[in-house]
Amino acid sequence: MSNLTATMTETVTTDRSVSLKTQLHRAERMKKLKYGALIVPLALFLLFTFVWPIAALLKRSIDNPEIVTAFPATSALLHSWDGRSLPDNAVFAAFAEEAGKIKGTPVFASAAKRLNMELPGFRSLMMKTARAMPPEAGQSAREALIAADQRWGDIATWQYLGRNASPTTARYLLASVDRKYDDAGHIVKVDDDEAIYVDVLKRTFGMSAVVTICCLLLGFPLAYMMAMQPPRIANVLMIFVLLPFWTSVLVRVAAWLVLLQSEGLVNQALRAFGLIEKPLQLVFNSTGVYVAMVHILLPFMILPLYSVMKGISPAYVRAAVSLGCPPFKSFWKVYFPQAVPGVGAGCLLVFIICMGYYITPALLGSPKEQMVSYFVAFYTNQTINWGMAAALSAILFAATLLLYMVYSRLVGQQDAVKAR
Amino acid sequence: MNRSPSNTRPIAIALAAMSLLAGTAHADVTVISFGGTNQKAQAKAFYEPYAKATGSKVIPGEYNGEQAKIKAMVEAKNVTWDVVEVESPELARGCEEGLYEKIDYSKIGPKADFVPAAVTECGIGIFVWSTILAYNSDALKTAPTSWADFWDLKKFPGKRGMRKGAKFTLEFALIADGVKPDEVYKVLGTKAGTERAFKKLDHIKSSIQWWEAGAQPPQLLAAGDVVMTSAYNGRIATAQKEGKTNLKIVWTNNIYDFDLWGIPVGTPKKDEAYKFIAFASKPENQAVFAGEIPYGPTNLKGTALVDKAIVPELPTAPQNMKGAFASDTQFWVEHGEDLEQRFNAWAAK
Repeated sequence: MSNLTATMTETVTTDRSVSLKTQLHRAERMKKLKYGALIVPLALFLLFTFVWPIAALLKRSIDNPEIVTAFPATSALLHSWDGRSLPDNAVFAAFAEEAGKIKGTPVFASAAKRLNMELPGFRSLMMKTARAMPPEAGQSAREALIAADQRWGDIATWQYLGRNASPTTARYLLASVDRKYDDAGHIVKVDDDEAIYVDVLKRTFGMSAVVTICCLLLGFPLAYMMAMQPPRIANVLMIFVLLPFWTSVLVRVAAWLVLLQSEGLVNQALRAFGLIEKPLQLVFNSTGVYVAMVHILLPFMILPLYSVMKGISPAYVRAAVSLGCPPFKSFWKVYFPQAVPGVGAGCLLVFIICMGYYITPALLGSPKEQMVSYFVAFYTNQTINWGMAAALSAILFAATLLLYMVYSRLVGQQDAVKAR
Repeated sequence: MNRSPSNTRPIAIALAAMSLLAGTAHADVTVISFGGTNQKAQAKAFYEPYAKATGSKVIPGEYNGEQAKIKAMVEAKNVTWDVVEVESPELARGCEEGLYEKIDYSKIGPKADFVPAAVTECGIGIFVWSTILAYNSDALKTAPTSWADFWDLKKFPGKRGMRKGAKFTLEFALIADGVKPDEVYKVLGTKAGTERAFKKLDHIKSSIQWWEAGAQPPQLLAAGDVVMTSAYNGRIATAQKEGKTNLKIVWTNNIYDFDLWGIPVGTPKKDEAYKFIAFASKPENQAVFAGEIPYGPTNLKGTALVDKAIVPELPTAPQNMKGAFASDTQFWVEHGEDLEQRFNAWAAK
């Protein structure tokens, strides 16, 4: 009996130890699944509102559906065309037939619009040609097309068509960095008087950097002071920081417009004190844009700074001073390194918001202060060239991502150093 | 699930109320225009009388002429705008691309009643407007008389306002450079002509204050930000009426164009849209509009009904038409994007 019990216990324990292991695994897996299930709504939400639109946007920047949709047969034939001599009769016939079939439809118009982007004048060529299509009986498609417009006897015309007869194009992305395809299909720089986006990108970065630095210089002392005050005073100060936050950006921009214009309050005051004779140009130039942008973005700098500084014990600096370190040195060596995460977060936040800024430069700046987002809006609203708008956004997105990676690399390294 | 009647009743009532509301809202028509004093004049001349005559309301809205929203609505098949005020090149482009309904003139009136250029495939002209030179007579000792004077920084020092865009800006540059009005578009269509226009603009670039909305030029003039500017004649005339008599108009070589009514494809209220357009195109209503803001009627009978005192202020007055030229819609449809891009590059440097 005792023997039996012993063996039984033994088997039971071994049984149990195996099952315990698997049970543990199972329990852990369940736990993971449960946690996973908790995240699912957020993940789905992010997927639909964030990842998917960005992916769609990136796709839009290389989309080129117009010609392929309007002229499927011609496009297929043009793919096997060498592009060195005029295409053969089959291409002419396919094009003439398709043009005749879809003339007057929106599909045709958008193809004409797309080609007009490559070469101004292509739209009217297409419209004129379509009116003469399909060819009359007894007339060959080649004759009919060339009779409708001589340009169909030109290789270049067909090259434009052929180059755009694929469902994707790098054209928009190239154009957003001032590059284009030349007639031979090589990537070249656009003419100097058409080049614009490289400068605009540089300007976007430059202006964002200036605004970030101004915000840091103004925000750091204020956040420091708030962190040093007793809560009662700090709270009042915090309300002053947040107060403009509750007003719409548009209202604040309009208010700056009123203050800064030639007959505005600032100029009137300066003249009343006799400091200036002629009104200063304070708005519709970089001054106005910087003043308003720094004002609007300042809370984004102060809040992360304050939250970090609040957590720094004043005891460290006191200890440093009591050990004989001069006040500024102890601030710089002891306090500032602890505030660096706040500085980094604030700067990154301000910089990234700045890069996508639209309304302030649009209302308070001259064309020389417009950043990338202005041109995104221009292509979206004015010319309805959504490919170009998407390409510019994609470039801006890539730049922001790159910046964030550099930042996390730097901060990550710092953390690693600290851990050591 | 077993729902008690008391649970479903509120829902049924709500549904009934909604259908009732939808019933009353059905005849209302949403009309989108360019806003500002232009819209105020439209409210007086078209919206209010329309409501009185038909009993159905006009829901006004405004936009800045961007076609993106209309394109998005039409493509999504969720059109909430019934009638839209559109400028000629945008309408021509939108017409080709299938954004606007082809107009059935039997529902509006005989084509012969209108200025020929106002009758187009997808829209009918509302009024004729002009881009003119306006100046502040307090800021300038001598009055400018031409676009050449606009370019003369020595004789007329100070900032100038111009519309931020290639359209009209390039035309005026060529006029100032001595090109005849009827050759402007021929010259501008060539590469050398475009160069010439931008070179001319370079002369005054540092003195230009760009504006975007039609309401800005009178403000800029009144605030002293500019001494002269290109502007829409109606906006300046309204400012004069409001007491800013120091704002003056120079009609020499003005560019005129039409604003037209268009109907976005797929609006569920097409009949109401036609009813509204037909009403707004009546001569007596157009005459009221011209009285509110001096833009010329497109209905030929409307011109005769306009108050004689206002006639000299209209773009269509004979003395104002002298040397004036029409904006070339086809040219801007063709070259618009290219030249705007070039303009942006130039302006940003």
